[in-house]
Amino acid sequence: MKYADEFRDKAIALGLARAIRSEANPQRSYRFMEFCGGHTHAISRYGLEDILPKNVRMIHGPGCPVCVLPAGRIDMAIRLADRPEVILCVYGDLMRVPGSQGASLLKAKARGADVRMVYSTVDAIRIAEENPEQEVVFFAIGFETTTPPTAILIRRAEKKQLENFSVVCNHVRTPPAMQNILESPDTRSIRRVEIDGFVGPAHVSIIIGTEPYEVFAEEFGKPVVISGFEPLDMMQAILMLVRQVNENRNEVENQYSRAVTRDGNPRAKEEVSNIFELRDQFEWRGLGLVPYSGLKLKQTYARFDAEVRFALNELRVPDNPACECGAILRGVKKPVDCKLFGTVCTPETPVGSCMVSSEGACAAHWTYGRFRDRQQKRAS
Amino acid sequence: MCLAIPAEVTKLLPDEMAVVSIDGVTKEISVALIEDLAVGDYVIIHVGYALTKIDPDEVRRTLELLRELSTEGQGAMQ
Ligand code: SF4
Repeated sequence: MKYADEFRDKAIALGLARAIRSEANPQRSYRFMEFCGGHTHAISRYGLEDILPKNVRMIHGPGCPVCVLPAGRIDMAIRLADRPEVILCVYGDLMRVPGSQGASLLKAKARGADVRMVYSTVDAIRIAEENPEQEVVFFAIGFETTTPPTAILIRRAEKKQLENFSVVCNHVRTPPAMQNILESPDTRSIRRVEIDGFVGPAHVSIIIGTEPYEVFAEEFGKPVVISGFEPLDMMQAILMLVRQVNENRNEVENQYSRAVTRDGNPRAKEEVSNIFELRDQFEWRGLGLVPYSGLKLKQTYARFDAEVRFALNELRVPDNPACECGAILRGVKKPVDCKLFGTVCTPETPVGSCMVSSEGACAAHWTYGRFRDRQQKRAS
Repeated sequence: MCLAIPAEVTKLLPDEMAVVSIDGVTKEISVALIEDLAVGDYVIIHVGYALTKIDPDEVRRTLELLRELSTEGQGAMQ
C-alpha cells in the first residue's frame, strides 16, 4: 500500500531502535504515554516494545472511543434499540461492548432489536430514507476524527428534511482527557501515572491540528510529539521525545507532517462548530466525569438530538468490579495485571470494554502480546 | 475504529463523493471534508470519509529523515 509500506521497513526500524538506545540515558527512565488506541494497536502489532531499550517504556492511554464509553451509555443504546419503532445504527465496534450486567447490543439484536452496523454515516442516511415509517437513530461515538462525519450527517439530514432521523452524540475530545490524566489526584484509589511525554494522536490531529497541545508543553511542561500510525512513525516520534527529555525541552513537535498541520482541517472544524457545542461534562470509563470533554447538538438542531427526542437519560452504572479497565485506561495498570485477562475475559467474551475494540489495550495485548509474554518467560 | 488508510482518488462524483482505490480495491467515500481535490491525490480515509490529503513532499522529507536517523543509529553502535 503506497504511503504505508514505506513506513514499515524493518531495517530502518531497527536502525531507529539503535539510535534510541544510544541516545537514551541509561541512568534514567523514559515513560511516554501514547494517548491513541491506534498507536497502542501499532505498538502491539509490530512488537515495538521488543526493540525499545528497557528504560524507554510506553504507557497506553485512554484514546479508544469504544473503551471509554461508559456502560450507562451502552444501556441507553440498548433501551433505544429495544423500542419497536427504532432502527439503531452503530459502528461495528460497538456491538460487543458490555453494558450493565453483561448486556450488549449484539444480544439485543439476537433477541430481535433492529440494530444495524454501518461503515459510514452515509449508510445511516440511506437507511433513514429507505425506512420512512421507522425512527432511525445513529449512535455516534468517537474522538475529533469521527465527529466531522457526524456533523455532515446532520447537515445532510437537515437538507433532506428527514423527519425520522436523529443522533445520540457521544463524541469526546482528546485534550480534556489528557489534562485529566495529568491532573487527577494522586490518591491511593486513583493513582496517577508518571509521564515524561506524550505521543500525540495522528488522525485526531489531522482535524484539530497541533495547536491544542501547546498547553501541555507550556503549562504542564510535557513534550508532545504528534505521530503517524505506522511503526517507523512511532519509532521516530519516540526518538524525538527522548531528545526533548534529554535536552530539557517541552515542545509540540509534528512527526506526521505529511497529514497534520498546526491548524488542522479548517473545513472539518467549521462543520463541527456549526452543529455541536460543549457539554459541561461527560463520563468516561476509567476517568469519571471530565469537564468540557464531550459534545452535544446545538439547540437549533434539537430535533435531530435523540436524547431530546426520546427523553433519554443516562444512568451511571458501575463496571464489573474485577475489571481493571479503569486503571488500564489511566495507564496505571497493564492488561496482564487483571485477573480476568485471557481467562474469563477474551475478545469473544469481553467483560470490559478494553477487550472489545482492536485498539483497546487488553484486546491488543491478547491478539499480539500474549505470545510474546510466553516467549519472554521461556527465555528467562 | 480509529484505523485509517491511505487511498488514491480515481474519480470525483457528485454530492461530495469520490471513488478511491486502495491497492486496486475501489470504494466510494465522502470527500465533504476536503477542499481542492483532484484525481491522483492521496487521501487518508476514516469511517468512509477522507480526512485530509497526503502531502507527497512531506512524505519524501520524512522518509529521507528516517533513513538518516536510522543510519546514525547504526553508526552509533559500531
Ligand atoms: S482483561 Fe477484561 S476484565 Fe480485565 S481489565 Fe481487560 S477488559 Fe477488563
